[in-house]
Amino acid sequence: MLLIVAPLLIPLCAAALTALLRTHIAAQRVVGVSASASLLAVGLMLVARTADGSILVTQMGDWAAPFGIALVVDAFSAIMLAIAGLMALSVSIYAMGPDAAARDRAGFQPLFHSLMLGVCGAFVAGDVFNLYVWFEVMLIASFGLLVLDRTRAQIDGGLRYVFLNLVGTTVFLMAVGLLYGQLGTLNFADLARLAPQAENQGLLAAIGVMFLVSFGAKAALFPLFNWLPAAYHTASMPVAAIFAGLLTKVGVYAILRLFALVYAHDVAFFGPIFAWVAAATMVFGVFGAAAHYDIRRILSFHIVSQIGYMIIGVALLTQAAIAAAILYIVHHIVVKANLFLVAGAIRRENGSFALGRCGGLWRAAPLLAIGFLIPALSLAGIPPLSGFWGKYAVVRAGIEAEAYWLAGIALFVGLLTLYSMIKIWNEAFWKPAPEGLARTAWTRGQRIATYLPIALLCATTMTIGLWTEPFAALAETAAASLLDRDAYIAAVLGNAGQVAEFAR
Amino acid sequence: MDPVISLSIGGLVAVGVYMFLAHDLPRVLIGFVLFGSAVNLTIFASGRLGATLPPFVAPGADALAAGTSNPLPQALILTAIVIGFGLTVFALMLVVRANREFSSVDAADLNAAETPIDTAKSPIPPPAPLAKKAA
Repeated sequence: MLLIVAPLLIPLCAAALTALLRTHIAAQRVVGVSASASLLAVGLMLVARTADGSILVTQMGDWAAPFGIALVVDAFSAIMLAIAGLMALSVSIYAMGPDAAARDRAGFQPLFHSLMLGVCGAFVAGDVFNLYVWFEVMLIASFGLLVLDRTRAQIDGGLRYVFLNLVGTTVFLMAVGLLYGQLGTLNFADLARLAPQAENQGLLAAIGVMFLVSFGAKAALFPLFNWLPAAYHTASMPVAAIFAGLLTKVGVYAILRLFALVYAHDVAFFGPIFAWVAAATMVFGVFGAAAHYDIRRILSFHIVSQIGYMIIGVALLTQAAIAAAILYIVHHIVVKANLFLVAGAIRRENGSFALGRCGGLWRAAPLLAIGFLIPALSLAGIPPLSGFWGKYAVVRAGIEAEAYWLAGIALFVGLLTLYSMIKIWNEAFWKPAPEGLARTAWTRGQRIATYLPIALLCATTMTIGLWTEPFAALAETAAASLLDRDAYIAAVLGNAGQVAEFAR
Repeated sequence: MDPVISLSIGGLVAVGVYMFLAHDLPRVLIGFVLFGSAVNLTIFASGRLGATLPPFVAPGADALAAGTSNPLPQALILTAIVIGFGLTVFALMLVVRANREFSSVDAADLNAAETPIDTAKSPIPPPAPLAKKAA
C-alpha cells in the first residue's frame, strides 16, 4: 500500500519542501537529489514486486474499485516508474552544473518535483479521469520549467507549447466526458470489462479517435508533432533533458495503456491507423532532423522519429510487439535524455549549439566524446548497445506480424538516424575547432555534476546492451500482463465487479 | 432540455474553434475558455439530464431512490474548472509577458524561437565571444 503511494508522496513532499526552502539553495539541492534517489529506489522495489506479473492495487480512502480512486501498479507501470526515477536522479545531479544558481533561484526545484509528481501519477493512475488530472499537473509544471529563464525565445517557444497543449488536454477531457456518457464508468478495469459488450461500437471508436488525437499531440505523433521541435530547444538543458526523456513517453504510455486495455477488441479499426501514424512519425521526424544544423533541433526531431518505433507496438498489438515497444521506451528514455545532457556539455565547451561553430571536441574533451558516442550509436541501433536490441525486437515483431513494410521503414529510418548522429560527430567532435573559439572554464564541481549523470546513463545503456536478457524478460512479462485484461480486471475490481453490476 | 444543451455545446465548440484559428493570442485564449465550457457541459450532459432530486440516500434505505441526479459529473466538472482556471491564468500571463517582450500579441510577430542559431542574449551560459568567420 505505502509502496504504491510512495511514487506520489516522494515528489509531492520534495516539491513542498523545496518550495518552503526557497532561499536556501543548498538545502533545496540536498532535498532534490535525495528525493530523486528515493524515487529510483521505490521504482526498483516496485519492479521487483511486479516482475512475476502480479498487479499491485490500492483503493484510496477504501472506496471500492469502480467508484473510488484506484492506484494500480503492474509490471509496465513499475518499469516506467523506475526509469522515471533514474531520469530524476540524473537530471537532479546535472542541474547542479553550470548556471545552477540562477536556475534554482528561478524555482527549478519545486517545479521539477511537481513535474515528477505528474509523471509518476500518470503511471499509477487506475482511471481515465485521474490520468487527466496527472497530465495537467505534469503540464502546468512543464510550462513553468520551459520558460524558467524568461528569454524571448523561451516566451515564444512556451506560447507554442502552451497553446497546443491546451487544445490537446481539452480534447482529452471531452473524450473522458463522452466515454463516461457511453459506459457509465471511468475506471480502466471497468472500462476494459464493459467496452467489448457496448452497444454503440461506432461511437466508442469515435471517442477512441479523440483520445488518439489528444495523446498523439502529447506523444508528438504525426501530424501533431510540430510543437515539439518548436519549443524543446528553447528550454535550458536539464529541463530539455527531462522533457525529452519523459514527457512524450507519458503520452506513449497512455496510448499503450488505453488501447491495449480498453480498445483491444477493436484492433481491426485502430491497428492500420496506428501503423500509418507510426510510419509517418518515423519518416517525417528523421527527415526533419536531417535538415537541421543545431544540435538541440536535431535531437528534438529524433524524439519525434523514435516515438514511431514505440507506436508500432500498439499498431500490431501482439505480445512480441508490445514487449518490443516497452524495451524500446526504456532504451530510448535513457539514451535521449543522455544526448541532451551531452548537448549541454558541448554548448559549455564550445559556446554554441550551432554545429558550424563547434569543433575539435575529440581532442579537447575526449571523455565527452565517448559520452556522446555511446548514446548516439545506441540511438542509431549499432550493436551491442541497447538501441540494437530495441530495434531488433521491433523489426522482428513487425516481421512476425507480417507487417513487412513497417519493418522496412523502421530499418531505413535507423540508417538516417545514423546519418544525423555522424553529422553531429563530424561537426562537433571530429573537425578542427573553428578559429577564435573561446572555451569556458569549468569548475571542478560543475564538471563532476555534468559528467556523473552522463556516465551513469552511459553505463545503463551499456548494461541494457550487453546484458539484455533480464530487461527483455521484464518487457515480455510487462507486455503479457498488459495484454491479459482478465487478470487486470480481476486484480482491480475483485468481487467488486458484481457490486458494480448491481448498482448500475 | 437535451436539445438546448446539445445546441449550446455545438455553438460553443464552433465559436471556440473559430477563435483558435485567430492570429491574435488573447482571442485564442478566449476560444480556449469557450471550448472548455463546451467540454464541461458535455460532461454534465453525459451524466444524464432531467433528474432533479439531490443524491442523498434516504434514512433506512441502502441505495439511491429513482430520479436522483448523478453527482459524479459535477465532481468531475468542478475539478476541470479549477484546472482550466489555472491553465488559463498561466497562458494569460505568458501572453502578457510576450506583449512586453515583443510589443505585440500577434502570433506572426513572435519568432524568437525560430532564429536559426542560439543568439548571444541567452543567459545560459554567459555569451562566449563567438568565431568571427561563422557570422
